[in-house]
Amino acid sequence: MADKPTFYEVFMNRGVSRRDFLGFCAMTATYLGLGADGPGVVAHAMQTKPRIPVLWLHGLECTCCSESFLRSGHPLATDIVMSMISLDYDDVIMAAAGDQAEEILHDIVRDYRGAYILAVEGNVPLANDGMACIVGGRPFKKKFEEVSRHAKAIIAWGTCATSGCVQAAKPNPTKATPIHKLVNRVPVINVPGCPPIAEVMTGVISYILTYDRLPELDNQLRPKLFYSQRVHDKCYRRAHFDAGQFVESWDDDGARQGWCLYKMGCRGPTTYNACTTMGWNENTSHPIRSGHGCIGCSEDGFWDRGPFYERLPNMQQWGIESNADKVAAAGAAVLGAAVAVQIGATAIKRAISKDKPDAATDHKDSQA
Amino acid sequence: MTQTTTPNGFTLDDGGRRIALDPVTRIEGHMRIEVNVDSGNVIRNAVSVGTMWRGLEPILKGRDPRDAWAFVQRICGVCTGVHALASIRSVEDALAIQIPTNANTIRNIMHLALFVHDHLVHFYHLHALDWVDIVSALSASPKATSELQQSISPWPNSSPGYFKEVQERVKKMVGSGQLGPFRNGYWGHAAYKLPPEANLMAVAHYIEALNFQREIVKIQAVFGGKNPHPMWLVGGVPSAINMHATGSSGASINVERLNLVVSIAQQSLDFIAKVYVPDLLAIASFYPEWFKHGGGLSSQNLLCYGEFPTRANDDSNASLMLPRGAILNGDLNKIHEVDLRDPAHVQEFVPHSWYRYPNDIAGLHPWDGLTELDFRLGAKTRQTPDRIEAFDENEKYSYIKAPRWKGHAMETGPLARMVLAYVSGNARVKELVDGSLKKLNLPLTALFSTLGRTAARGLEALWAAEQLVEQVSFLQTTIKSGNEATANNDKWLPSTWPTEAKGVGYCEAPRGALGHWIRIKNQKIDNYQCVVPTTWNASPRDAQGNIGAYEAALLGVPMADPKKPLEILRVIHSFDPCLACATHVIGPEGGELTVAKIL
Repeated sequence: MADKPTFYEVFMNRGVSRRDFLGFCAMTATYLGLGADGPGVVAHAMQTKPRIPVLWLHGLECTCCSESFLRSGHPLATDIVMSMISLDYDDVIMAAAGDQAEEILHDIVRDYRGAYILAVEGNVPLANDGMACIVGGRPFKKKFEEVSRHAKAIIAWGTCATSGCVQAAKPNPTKATPIHKLVNRVPVINVPGCPPIAEVMTGVISYILTYDRLPELDNQLRPKLFYSQRVHDKCYRRAHFDAGQFVESWDDDGARQGWCLYKMGCRGPTTYNACTTMGWNENTSHPIRSGHGCIGCSEDGFWDRGPFYERLPNMQQWGIESNADKVAAAGAAVLGAAVAVQIGATAIKRAISKDKPDAATDHKDSQA
Repeated sequence: MTQTTTPNGFTLDDGGRRIALDPVTRIEGHMRIEVNVDSGNVIRNAVSVGTMWRGLEPILKGRDPRDAWAFVQRICGVCTGVHALASIRSVEDALAIQIPTNANTIRNIMHLALFVHDHLVHFYHLHALDWVDIVSALSASPKATSELQQSISPWPNSSPGYFKEVQERVKKMVGSGQLGPFRNGYWGHAAYKLPPEANLMAVAHYIEALNFQREIVKIQAVFGGKNPHPMWLVGGVPSAINMHATGSSGASINVERLNLVVSIAQQSLDFIAKVYVPDLLAIASFYPEWFKHGGGLSSQNLLCYGEFPTRANDDSNASLMLPRGAILNGDLNKIHEVDLRDPAHVQEFVPHSWYRYPNDIAGLHPWDGLTELDFRLGAKTRQTPDRIEAFDENEKYSYIKAPRWKGHAMETGPLARMVLAYVSGNARVKELVDGSLKKLNLPLTALFSTLGRTAARGLEALWAAEQLVEQVSFLQTTIKSGNEATANNDKWLPSTWPTEAKGVGYCEAPRGALGHWIRIKNQKIDNYQCVVPTTWNASPRDAQGNIGAYEAALLGVPMADPKKPLEILRVIHSFDPCLACATHVIGPEGGELTVAKIL
């Protein structure tokens, strides 16, 4: 690995000027929310590290995560794939197929043992010996086991990989099983969402490359930098919730003025994601801005908490600050052991930080 | 060795060498292709195996029909939105819900944007590497590449310096030994025919297209909040319009939002017209033999459900921009009517699929669809303790069912749509097809081939980009006339619904004809069935032994080196497979797999 060129060398070799390189580092640092010394940290990291091999496997899924990843504006997906990582295996875009493709997996596991990142999109069906997903004449389960065992870390892309998503909705006919339940010793980072936001995906990769460690995770193994606040907390329609101004039916006067969608079933108050802060498609919009409530797609088990157009229970008007404990109870699986809080988002965030179960701590300690 | 002739006229020979390609990459989902080649390395038998299923339909049973779009949209994140659109149409059909003009237009805009995006990404990122040798691009002259570029298109990124920079970028990647997604490609394969300059131009556009594609889908983000998987609504669209009044800046659709859509639509048209289509014609001109290989069913049977209603709530062919209909036995003078409600039209068969019917020989209409999983391998399956080496196509061999229209195996997709539109007299489609064929000096029948399919997709992308601009303009005109309505709430509440209802919703997905059949009982989903484009095209054999479109297209294709099956990729990729779509199918009776006694 030592003879592989660094990011910086790759950038220079492809004709990027030093000035542009530093500009890229500054943008990345700003984006990652690093402090004043951020650009220097990023620049140092990128000048000294070779490109890390990434194997991107697909189980039961719909490929929306790959598509979202390709939408990233900063950094561009082309820059990530051509200059920042070595994406040696990804069924969706790789040139090789069949035997030539499977040979790559074998070679990377052999040559980069403990030094490659495994990204998994989709989950592993366990019913009937895993035969609901057969790749290369074998159950996907076997392929996953072989490749996951020697990874440096595993990124579980999207709700399929983090909690099973739509295949795992009742009655989960294939026994679709999330990634973190199938590995023991290798650290897992969960990046939920159906799909996750593009810049969250590339942000996670940039963070790992820059700091050579996983970002700090919450008790559901989600990076706190993207999943510590609810959609409701920073919603641009929040003032209308507080003022009691609600959309009562589709295309009514409230809808045309951008009022709150809580009564139309919006799951923003129980959904931890960055949609209303970072936005989608380079901040072009997000579901609430389009006039539809959030369906909570980054939350464990959200498919079974419908109907989507039924308002959340136990939320009185004005109630979010005074009633957050009830929200927590309604979304118990979501919030884990989060305690009752009285003053909204900040307090909830603080509470979750303090309330770090042992599993998450161990997990962090075990990181390479 | 057995030689047989199928009822639909193809000769199969399962002697010779058996070759498996698994995984087929640069597709959505998981699939496997097996072929038998004769002593001259020509394909004489082909077996298309869908190797995954996700079981979405039983998950839908008992749920709110208004939620169904969100579930089925997750069938596929590549052609995102097509299942949502078919779903809301099926519910609106069942409950007789009329949608406002603006909702129809906005759905058209979102769907056209998907066509443009999906076709572009397919060509450059899923298909191009079947024709373009990246390593060869390293020996290109940037100056000659610039001249080539300027001779085929007015696209501004055409200087020698630009191509030199791209070449340097690729050179360093190859030189580093870390080729990433280009590792182990079939570089240097005898079947690659492009000169180095054409390869370099295509590589430059591979990168440009990957950077540009993310712009196109911002149109879906404006109206649906995000892409992939935007938001939809039974009865209309969620995005309310407010052009004039208080609160406009907080509304989903206002002047600024529409300006953004206008701008992206025009950029998209520019990219398709000046990059995609010129590249397509340039690359195709070096592979004339691929306008002969891989025709399969296309010269016989084509199926379209039709798409893009110009008038809301009117899906007659007078309203549809692309017509509904079927071509049988290659007779382009007769367009057969397609009725998705008629139980004799669309039926699914399972004798070679891992499902069981009470009567395996009979077909079932999707409203009465039934699926009981039955995973077992035929007696002639070859396997080691570690893996399956060869499936047995004489028995059950795929998670894909075999859909048939009036008993016929059909091809669906851009080629079918362009041919149907052409013979229906669509002037713009005729102009695009004739103009391109003339440039390539090819007859109309050249469309029935691997590159004909690929060319039809590119021309459809251009047509769709033009219609996208038109539909955005129509939306503005409608709004200007004072009509800002986007949703019909009359039957929003389940209490307004009948006790029982059934409906069918359909659309043309980028990959072809897509239908959803729903039964609603006591305000809940009682049965839900999808028959999707790749189910048609990747279909296994049926009870009579008719082969499907993929299997038919592979027959007769010569391979330069069976160990590097580039030719199989060319044929299969020309269909743009979507396996998550094709193999999710499982009916209300579906349970777990019967025990698989292997591995």
